[in-house]
Amino acid sequence: MILLNQLLQGVFLGGYYALIACSLSFMFGVMRIVNLAHGSIVVLAAFLLFVLADRFEISPWLALVAVVPVMAGLGLLLQRFVLDRSLRGGLLVPLLATFGLAIVLDNALFESFGADTRSLSPYIGDLSYNSWSITEDITVGQLDVLILAVAILLLGGLQVLLSRTRIGRAIRATAEDPGTVGLIGIDARAVYGMATAIAMGMAAIAGAFLAMRATFDPYSGGAQLIFAFEAVVIGGFGSLWGTLAGGIVLGVAQNIGAAIDPSGFFIAGHVTFLTVLVGRVAAGGDLFRFFIRRRRA
Amino acid sequence: MPILSVEALDARHGLLQAVRGVSFSVAEGETFALVGANGAGKTTLLRAIAGAHRASAGYVRFDGTDITALPAHTRVPLGIALVPEGRKLFAGMTTEDNLRVAERRDRPGPWTVERVLEVFPQLVPKLKARAGDLSGGQQQATAIGRALMTNPRLLLLDEVSLGLSPVAVEQLYTSLRALMRGGTTVVLVEQDLNRALAVADRVVCMLEGRVVLERAAKETSREEVLAAYFGLGAA
Repeated sequence: MILLNQLLQGVFLGGYYALIACSLSFMFGVMRIVNLAHGSIVVLAAFLLFVLADRFEISPWLALVAVVPVMAGLGLLLQRFVLDRSLRGGLLVPLLATFGLAIVLDNALFESFGADTRSLSPYIGDLSYNSWSITEDITVGQLDVLILAVAILLLGGLQVLLSRTRIGRAIRATAEDPGTVGLIGIDARAVYGMATAIAMGMAAIAGAFLAMRATFDPYSGGAQLIFAFEAVVIGGFGSLWGTLAGGIVLGVAQNIGAAIDPSGFFIAGHVTFLTVLVGRVAAGGDLFRFFIRRRRA
Repeated sequence: MPILSVEALDARHGLLQAVRGVSFSVAEGETFALVGANGAGKTTLLRAIAGAHRASAGYVRFDGTDITALPAHTRVPLGIALVPEGRKLFAGMTTEDNLRVAERRDRPGPWTVERVLEVFPQLVPKLKARAGDLSGGQQQATAIGRALMTNPRLLLLDEVSLGLSPVAVEQLYTSLRALMRGGTTVVLVEQDLNRALAVADRVVCMLEGRVVLERAAKETSREEVLAAYFGLGAA
């Protein structure tokens, strides 16, 4: 029964990882960029929501309606002024540029907000601690269920966007061959801008749930990035449903590790990640091919 | 007024000058063939007309407007479409998606997926297949269909018969002849001289980046074009 509980809680934790990972996965799928500033961007959104809730007493749910478009707009700027320029320098320059951006964001947040840890849980009423009892031993948190549902909705929504809509077709075509889409009238830079905006909008949603389910501070971005990155790698880079699966595998591994030994949480997660990574590289040849081989599901 | 005029156009690949002072014009409804040996600059010229390659000097005018400085994606709404060498399909997408991705709201016209399928019936059973899994002929038909979906007034075809079986080439040209008769202006690059002379109204032969021969297809012979092709002086 304990094991079953750990499995179930692991699945919910995985839903949270998938939620923070889906922007990362989407951006890699479309632009071949690993956005190392992703964790910091998620934390930035969390701070925006916190300021609105703390200073202006706006409910985080309502604030999201404003923060998602603001972050999407920042995404357009990020693409135009950072990613687009660095992409022209080759595959490694965006890594350096986003790494630098992460440092700038983290320290700018530290300058503005100090080292205090914050949380949005006081602003969402009893949702932060209410739960449903499944059996005597197993209870599931309502917020956890909501997070998993949101992750599935976002990934499903992205999948529908990509496979059914005009914009989605343009995004997929640009992901495959940015040099050729111009010949059919698609501006690859505009598509990249839109993709970054979508990714940043999703990062804002991830930031909201990060702040609701736990605490955060200006330097929380790094840890978020690592878990998101591990979820994406386990699931296969650029594959959307793979990201959900990867997040769940990671969450379950961590929870089972923690059940064995309290220090097993991180170890089990990292070992699972490394095993999959090494296995993939061994099976598929060199690391570079591993990164470019997988496409969206 | 010609639909397309190219004036003293230069285009480079770094230090290599691929197109040197090329001038010609194409009338609406005309079929215009570019021939020449490998490396003569035909592909670079077509790409410069489509906007995929920057001209380093000279002008490209479309319908009287100077479009030399426009990027490719803004030339498509004007009515220029290039079927690139090597097809350049989106291999992971289905045939249908390869066609639909080129649909444009700002350029309505007669071309729809259904119409493309009428012209290229070999694509009907392959609509849901990945474009990368199609045969060479089907891929080429998809590439042409994709260009047609933008409702072009000027269709640029770069080596559409390259790497195809004779049967596939025949099938393709049967469809293309119908297009040309229908009034679409076509500029095509073709390795097969006989075929170029058979389908085109006018033929231009390029050698080392320059135009060395320009003739009405009816008024020239294979021998005359061949001489120009290899730079044997007669032209």
